[in-house]
Amino acid sequence: MSGLFDLGGWSREISAFVSGILAWIADLLGGWIPWFHDVANWFRSDAVIEFWGFAIAVLIMLVFAMINLLVVLWMERKLYGRLQDRRGVMVPHPWKKIHKGTGFLQNMADGIKLVMKESITPRNADKSMFHAAPAIIFISSVMAYAAIPLSTTFVLADLELGLIFIVAMFALSPLAVLIAGWASGNKYTLIGGMRGAAQMLAYEIPLLLCIAGVAIMAGSLNPMEVVAAQQRTSVLGVENWYFIPQFIGFVVFMVAILAELEKLPFDIPEAESELVEGWLTEITDIRFGLIFMSKWMKGWAAAALVVLLFFGGWSGPFFPQEVWFMIKTYIVFAFFVWIAWILPRIRIDQILKIGWYELVPLSFATILIAVALKFLSHFGMGWF
Amino acid sequence: MNEEEVTEQLKRDFPEGIFDFAFPRKGMLRFSADRDRLKDVCTRLKDIGFKQISLISALDWREHFECVYHITSYSFGIVAEVHTEIPLDDPKVDSVTPVWPGANFHEREAYDMMGIVFEGHPDLRRILLPDDFTFYPLRKNFREGE
Amino acid sequence: MTKLWINMGPQHPMTHGLWNLKILVDGETIVDAEPVLGYLHRGVEKLCERRTYNQIIPLADRLCYVSSLCFAHAYCLTVEEMMDLEIPERAKYLRVIALEMQRLTSHMTWLMAIGPDVGLITLLLYCLREREYFLDLLQLQTGARMNQNYPRIGGVAQDIPANFEHKINKIFEKFKVRVKDYHKVTNESSAFLKRMQGVGTLSVEDAIAYGVTGPNLRGSGAKRDMREHDPYEVYDELDWEIQVRDEGDSLARFHVRMGEMLESCKIIRQALKKMPDGPINVKAPLRPEGQSFRRTEDSRGEVSYYVVGNGGESPYRLKVRSPIFCTMNVLPKLLRGVNVADVLAIMGSIDVCIGETDK
Repeated sequence: MSGLFDLGGWSREISAFVSGILAWIADLLGGWIPWFHDVANWFRSDAVIEFWGFAIAVLIMLVFAMINLLVVLWMERKLYGRLQDRRGVMVPHPWKKIHKGTGFLQNMADGIKLVMKESITPRNADKSMFHAAPAIIFISSVMAYAAIPLSTTFVLADLELGLIFIVAMFALSPLAVLIAGWASGNKYTLIGGMRGAAQMLAYEIPLLLCIAGVAIMAGSLNPMEVVAAQQRTSVLGVENWYFIPQFIGFVVFMVAILAELEKLPFDIPEAESELVEGWLTEITDIRFGLIFMSKWMKGWAAAALVVLLFFGGWSGPFFPQEVWFMIKTYIVFAFFVWIAWILPRIRIDQILKIGWYELVPLSFATILIAVALKFLSHFGMGWF
Repeated sequence: MNEEEVTEQLKRDFPEGIFDFAFPRKGMLRFSADRDRLKDVCTRLKDIGFKQISLISALDWREHFECVYHITSYSFGIVAEVHTEIPLDDPKVDSVTPVWPGANFHEREAYDMMGIVFEGHPDLRRILLPDDFTFYPLRKNFREGE
Repeated sequence: MTKLWINMGPQHPMTHGLWNLKILVDGETIVDAEPVLGYLHRGVEKLCERRTYNQIIPLADRLCYVSSLCFAHAYCLTVEEMMDLEIPERAKYLRVIALEMQRLTSHMTWLMAIGPDVGLITLLLYCLREREYFLDLLQLQTGARMNQNYPRIGGVAQDIPANFEHKINKIFEKFKVRVKDYHKVTNESSAFLKRMQGVGTLSVEDAIAYGVTGPNLRGSGAKRDMREHDPYEVYDELDWEIQVRDEGDSLARFHVRMGEMLESCKIIRQALKKMPDGPINVKAPLRPEGQSFRRTEDSRGEVSYYVVGNGGESPYRLKVRSPIFCTMNVLPKLLRGVNVADVLAIMGSIDVCIGETDK
């Protein structure tokens, strides 16, 4: 057990403390009802103490994910505001309604507004599916955070197949897009859902192939191992971040991940000008909010994936690992924002053509490059 | 060709049925045509070089309707203004949409507003007003608010 | 595969106004299309029969909310011809300046709208920024940002202020730099070209037969501009070029309009230099008789009025030719066989204004 569950060795103490408090309350109640003494003993058992360890770790990650979501949302709004020669959100907080400030809490306000909105279910909708789709999307994008390591210690689940797990969570959401598109009973959502499915098919493959290329070079699908491999194989003291040997793979991955995120040049499933809001058309209130949130949560997760695979993860001098990791992910995310707001939307047939005719062959090339480099390293030539 | 040459050409082609030639200003030719010769005149005009129809206006002169066709020739720089009288009790005229596809919406509008039926029009429906309207608002006998 | 009728409108991000484009799609391909108009019909032609000649000018303004001055001017021009009225030279120049300024703002609105159409919202913000300059200039000259009510029968409403030329020069210099920015995000970006190139190709013959005019016709390769071919005001005394493109696709229409904006700047500068002093208005008769038909070049195409007066205070019949109403005619032909996403690129390049279309 490493990572967040360990919490620098305190995990056991904190869990025991929480369990102790609960056990003490149960003991107090036991004064009236003797059965509660058994509950208190159960609280003191190892399994429960371990469970609190889990719960606290998950809570920490969730709090991190939510705060990070606010930062990322705010960052995007500010960045594209500047790109468009304006200042973006500015009202500091609800009690001070002036346009002089960072506007950091604006997204909170927007979230509250979405909670208060009317919940509408279309008459033609397939109700259970319609309500399930936002949940699937939100849950899958939160789950992706479970396997993302921010440093060698700050990780929820140090999985052997962590990269596969993250990508699998990404791959779940187009399914929900299709469900939402079909279940809404609307022509726009139907077309949007179908586009989502087509786009998923076209871009999931290059995405996975690029990860395979990196995995071949690192010899593992564990993100920790991938970062460690980048630090280990240094050339003249400079760490071998994989975006140099795997440059083609890096470019393909960036394009594919943008399509996966449905960010602007590739946001045809919800192409707002032709399909109103695409598959989102009929979704209202906080269900829309959940989808909106999960989009940006996935956005950061994608940036984290890029950093892990190609930019040496948390390696960097002076600062703690987590700080380096956050700096790098925010830079990558800023790049996403820049691309999204300066390029027009590409047509569906063109997107599919780019996916099948260009990205898939190129991603095979990255695998070949990875294999070749690996092969050369056996003879002492090459970087590994 | 200039206005006079177009006039002579037309007069040669149609000894009767077109009359009242006038030249209000440079680059403009005004004449009247009989209702039953209108489509032939228009077809001939298109063959001469009047490739675009600019405007079809329907007028209500109380005694009769009138359709005014403004037909443009870019190559000559001339607008031909063709007037056609249509009787009140039989508001029908041949459609020129087969001649110029651009006349489609103009004729639909004239039908919509003035109730003139263009025979041979491929899709004569109301265009600006709702389909279930029963009146023709630009007729002079139309009273608002009734 | 079964075919599906989709209503794009009346409330739809594509429409730029209030109209409905019904498309029949087979998968992502459009099989048939039908524009449904009339949601914004205000009965202007009927209203005009109850107004005096001067009261119609503000009505004509409201025909098109983007280039209202062009419509009001075309009306005044037509009525002046019916009255046989010669307006003062200075008024003619003032009209040209105001018209070209209106064309600039109208084209800026078009450019700003084409951004969100193809998913480039940044362009919208850029263009709104510069459009503000031209609206300021227009406000200096006419007193209002939109619905200016500036032309009068027999002249114009007011003269330009003293420092007008200085301000124009400053803003035009700025604009020339900014136009390069637009080109950077639009036709120097391959993604934009991918959306616009080869989409919605319209041949010259079709364009003319279907009654397409203005920049859309010039994008198809016909060198037709009413400012040149049926000159009004003082356009024949000024030195400018007609923007023509032969391709006929959305990109060609885009280039024509981009070129026209710079030409408009040129025209305004020349007109300011050449403008003589003198009166800006003459008295017009109240009860004209006769009929007249004039064509002018709006930012969207040929605006014509056919006015019949019978000696009364108001016209007996007034008929408006609105360019986009005629252009809508060609939509079924233009849209057949293209992709759903191409509708945006095509409609964006056509520059729809529903105010004039529905009258």
